Formats: sequence, C-alpha cells, structure tokens
Amino acid sequence: MPELRGGGTGDDRAALVSTLTGFARTLRAAGVAADHQRTQGFLAALRELDVRERRDVYWAGRLTLCSGPDDLDRYDRCFAAYFGGERPGPAHRVPAVTVTRFVARPGDTGDQDERHEADAAAATASEIEVLRHRDVARMTAAERREVARLLGMLRSAREQRRSRRRAPSHRGALDGRGTVREAVRRGGEPARLRFRDRKEKPRRVVMLVDVSGSMAAYADTLLRFAHALVRAEPRATEVFSVGTRLTRVTAELRHRDPAVAMDAVSAAIPDWSGGTRLGEELKELLRLSDVRGAIVVIASDGWERGDASLLGRQMERLSRLAHRVIWVNPHKGDPAYRPLTAGMRAALPHITDFVAGHSLAAYEELARLLGEGGSRPGGHAVRAAGDAVRAGDGIPAGDGRGMPDA
Amino acid sequence: MAGTAAGIDRLTGRAAEIDSPAKLATLLEEHDYLADEGLATAAFLALRMGRPLFLEGEAGVGKTELAKTLASILDAPLIRLQCYEGLDAAQALYDWDFARQLLHLKAAEAAGVTDVRALEGEIYDRRFLVARPLLRALETWPCVLLVDEVDRADDEFEAFLLEVLSDFTISVPELGTIRAETPPVVVVTSNRTREVHEALKRRCLYHWIEHPAFEREVAILLRRLPACTEELAAEVADAAGRLRRADLVKPPGVAETLDWTEALLTLGAARLDPGLAAVTLGALLKYREDQETVWRDGLLGAASPGGGGGGGGRA
Repeated sequence: MPELRGGGTGDDRAALVSTLTGFARTLRAAGVAADHQRTQGFLAALRELDVRERRDVYWAGRLTLCSGPDDLDRYDRCFAAYFGGERPGPAHRVPAVTVTRFVARPGDTGDQDERHEADAAAATASEIEVLRHRDVARMTAAERREVARLLGMLRSAREQRRSRRRAPSHRGALDGRGTVREAVRRGGEPARLRFRDRKEKPRRVVMLVDVSGSMAAYADTLLRFAHALVRAEPRATEVFSVGTRLTRVTAELRHRDPAVAMDAVSAAIPDWSGGTRLGEELKELLRLSDVRGAIVVIASDGWERGDASLLGRQMERLSRLAHRVIWVNPHKGDPAYRPLTAGMRAALPHITDFVAGHSLAAYEELARLLGEGGSRPGGHAVRAAGDAVRAGDGIPAGDGRGMPDA
Repeated sequence: MAGTAAGIDRLTGRAAEIDSPAKLATLLEEHDYLADEGLATAAFLALRMGRPLFLEGEAGVGKTELAKTLASILDAPLIRLQCYEGLDAAQALYDWDFARQLLHLKAAEAAGVTDVRALEGEIYDRRFLVARPLLRALETWPCVLLVDEVDRADDEFEAFLLEVLSDFTISVPELGTIRAETPPVVVVTSNRTREVHEALKRRCLYHWIEHPAFEREVAILLRRLPACTEELAAEVADAAGRLRRADLVKPPGVAETLDWTEALLTLGAARLDPGLAAVTLGALLKYREDQETVWRDGLLGAASPGGGGGGGGRA
C-alpha cells in the first residue's frame, strides 16, 4: 500500500490517521453517513493525493464520505469547523427535500386570513400532544378513536399497472432460456415452448397532506389514512406534508404501529398549522420527485395563501405527468359546499377525481378509487358530493367494504 | 498487470501519465471538456482507486459527456448502458443465444447424442453466451463503462449492478463466475428523480456537478464552438446564468446553452439580438411555461424584444 504522501514518520502518520478519522466522526455526529467503509475510502483517496494540501483533503473527503446533495452543506460546515479557515468548496445550490420557504406574514393576500400565523414555528413536544388530541371536526372522542382504529385496519388494494419486467407465464413472449432448458431435459427436442409475460406491479401513489391551520381538524385522520397506504404498499407509496414547506414523511410512516408512526410524523413536520403555499410546494414536488405514471392524491381545502395562478400552472403540469390526480377536500362532504376559493377553482380543471375526505365512508371511497384499475375516467369526472357514499350502502362499520381483497 | 483489483498496476499507456488531478484536467481540456477542480479530482481518484464514479446533477451539466471524454483520453472504447424501467439481467448482463442453442441441439439429436449431461455441457458454453454491456465491460480492457441515468431503472436492477460493481464479477449459473482481470473505469450518472440505494453509492466516489460559473461557461462555449465570438459567448452565458437563478421548470444546462449558441451562430449572429433570441429560444428552454416566464419577466435583459415579439429579422 502506498503511504500517505507527506505523512512523515510513523508517529506522524498515526497522528494523521487519527486526525482524519476524527473528521469522519465529526461528520457522523452532524448526520452524514460517513461509516467505517467510507472512512477507509477517504484514507485510500488521500494516498493518491497530497495530504498536506487543504484542497486535496477537502475533495478526498467530499468524494468519499458524502452520498447526496443534502450532505454537501453539512460537509462544508464540518470541514471549516474541524480544519479551520474558510469554507473551501465552491458555493453550491443543491435541492433539499425539506426547504424552508416563507412563513406566513401578516398582510399576505391569501384566500383567508389565518389565525395561526404565530404557530408556524418548529414542532415542540406540546404541539405533538396537541396533534394527539386534535379535534376531528364534529366527532366525539370515541368516534375519533374508532375512526383511527378502523383506518389502522384499512387494507387498500392498489391499482395495478403492467411492469416492463417479465416472469414465467402461459402466454407472452417466447422464453428462449426456459425452452432450451426444457429441450435439453427432453434429450434435444424443443417440444414444449416456454413463455414469459409482463408482471403486474402496484401503481405508485404520491399523497400530499395539507397540515395548515385550516386543515387542522382533518390532518391527523388524513395522515392515518396515509399510514394505511404506506403499510399496504411500502415500496409504491410516497407521502409528503405540505404547509409552509414540503416535508417527506414516508419513512416516518413505515412503522407498523400507527401510534409510533404518528409520533414520528409529528416530530418530523415542522410547520403544523401554518399557512399553505400549495403552488410553491407542488413545484418543489415536481422538481424532486418523480410523479410520472403515479396516482397523486392531494388532501387539502384549497385555501391557497400564495398565487392561485401559480397553483393552476403547477396543477396543469402535474396532471400531464401523473396517471390520475385525486383531490380530497374535507369540506366537500357538506352538501352546501361549492368550490369557490381561488386555489380550488384554479386546481379544479386539472383533477381526475374530486372527493370528500370528512368521514370514514369517504376514506373508504378514496381507498376504492386507489384500487380501481383500468380505464382513466373520461375527462375531468368531478364526482358529486353524494357520490362518495352511495345510496343503500350505508356507513360500513369497518367491514372492509370497498376494499376488494387483492 | 493482472492480479490486484485496483491500484496503479493496471494503469498503462495514457492512464499512467495521469499523476495528478491537474494533469487530468489538462488532458480533459485538450479533449474540449473543461472540468473544475472537484470534477477533475473525482475523475482522477476514480482512475487511480479503481472505484466507480457516481455523478449527480441537473440534466445537461455534462455527466454523460465526462464519460465519453474519459474514454477518448484513455483511448478506450465507451460501453454504455442506458437505464430504463424494467431493465433486466438479460439486457444488462448477458443472454443465451437461444436460436443457436436450439440449432445445436437439433444437430446433436441428428448425430444421435441424447445424453442430457453431455448436451448441457455443450450448449451452456461461452460461445453461446451473448455479452450485454456489463459483461462486455468486464471482458474488455481497457474500457470506460457508462451506466447512464441509473435512477430510471427500478430497484431490482440496482441489485445486479451492486453485485457487478462490488467485485467486478458476474456469475452465470450454467457457466460459473466471470471476473474482470482489470476492472473497467465506471461512471454512473443519475438525475436524482429517485434516491439510489445507499449500498450502491457506498461503492462509489460521489460527486455533485454544478452548473458552470460564468467564466467557465464562456470558456466552454468558445472552445466547443470556434465560430462563436467572445461577445456572444459572454452574453449567452450571462443570460443562461440569469435563467438558472430564475424560477423555471427546467433551468438550462450547458448542453442547452451550447445548442442555443449553435442555433444563434447558424442564423449568423455575432451578438445576442432580440429577434434572433426570440426565434431560437426553443433550443434553450423546452417548456412553454418557461418561455412565457422569460418574456413576461424580461429575463433576456437587453435581448428581450420590446413588445414586438419574435418577428424581427437580423440587420
């Protein structure tokens, strides 16, 4: 093994190695996944460069210890703190999943004057408590518990799409490999042909849950619904919370126990009960996530504080990329509801299904929509409010109706 | 030179001359690729340490181009694997040539061979194996393997790729393990539409490519397009920088500024004038929304047409 160039005597080398591994430890403490294997890579990289050169140390570390754009800023800060001096790297503009956007300011021209502007601070323990006891509109505590329990049991069949991956089947394309193997087994006669056909795969769902003040009564229930979706198809579901910023909460929702998952989500979302900048958030979503071919579910009341025309433009783009766009608006459960807010009006032309999200029945209807495969409903089939609960069905008391077993 | 998996032994010919990131930057420049310090160091380490280079960055910053340039510097073939959803082992690693295998079986049958063991030994031979890009890269030396847009493949494929990039071996159940005597230079690119698995990244050197700074972009334009005047290059780079800071669906990459400048040059531009900018904007911005934003906010600065739109010809 070549030695570290500029390493000097053995003692110097040992000191050097411990300095460098100390740096990796600092990075780990700052949240960069600079594990043992990566640290070895760091040392190996420096064997090829000049360890006395500050830039060489900078680049060797950055190239071996970081694994994503989110790490770069942390890396630069740690480097400056550990080795001293100026931030050595080039200034970079990297997309981060959680981007602090604007906090609602008084005097904003939004659709509605929020009263929770002051609350748009980071989540605290007490706020998590508030979430736990948050009022689901017009429900008694017992009912809410029951809804939460039933949502925990919700099994949502997912719409399937044809994957490009093939598996043995009775039809499909000729499977050369299988046919040859069969022929050898039969002593050389290719008597039986084998086939491989495309597999079915669950279609991806990307769900956005509005956690702003005006949705406070429903956010908990919606996130529990999202939890059920993630549990059913962990690899084909993404969940984000939207408010003053976009936060990816899929990982938090993967925990089996709904209570644990909800605690994790509460801690992860920094902007409970703020305003909504749905247009901005959608733009961010389209930038950093692939919604192509996915079913996008937006759960929001459409009280947009930002520019409604921006929301309209982003919805148009979203509807072109996504397979279906389903908008869940809890207020739609009220027969007197009319989509009058500027945000809702801007979004409406680009929605495939417009459904309510206020009752268990409405959530089951939503689950059914996600399982409904086949043809895309023609045009923008905006469902009437009464549609969500069909006549005669009654309120299904958690018997799993509307969730066809796959 | 066989033996060690990584290290300096494997570097012969042109590669052996590359003894520092600066030297590699010079060579890249000779091949019309202007790399900054970070990218040159990344590529240098990839060559010296025998590790794959994982490049991320927005579309059009020159990720794919780097692999091509490295191939021409090393005077080695570029083996490219373009990823897409559903990419599987038969398309990425190897496949058996079934038609020839069946013909061979028929011939053997005609000759009266019916022993299954013997038949198996004959038809699962290397000569019936069709090498796809990853296997070809292990069997070709020297070569540069480009695994392009790995984020577009599904996660099943990442498992194959991880196996190949960990040991530079491919195991064919019927044949045994095929090992690269000397690992290829590997460049993996991603546009980051999906998070690539951590285990794969850990095998690699990771580099995030930025859009070039103003001076570098001017230099790239002048070098790649000899007909381009310094004034035009400066105006184009300035406009591109402004567009990247603006709120666009798809900010232009270097690839787009090159296309745009080429379009302007084809129309005989020596400076960025409003009329020509308007008719060629489609080479730079590929979304209608972005073009509208540019006109609405006057982002092309002096080159923005004053109300007249695009109709103006050149003087």
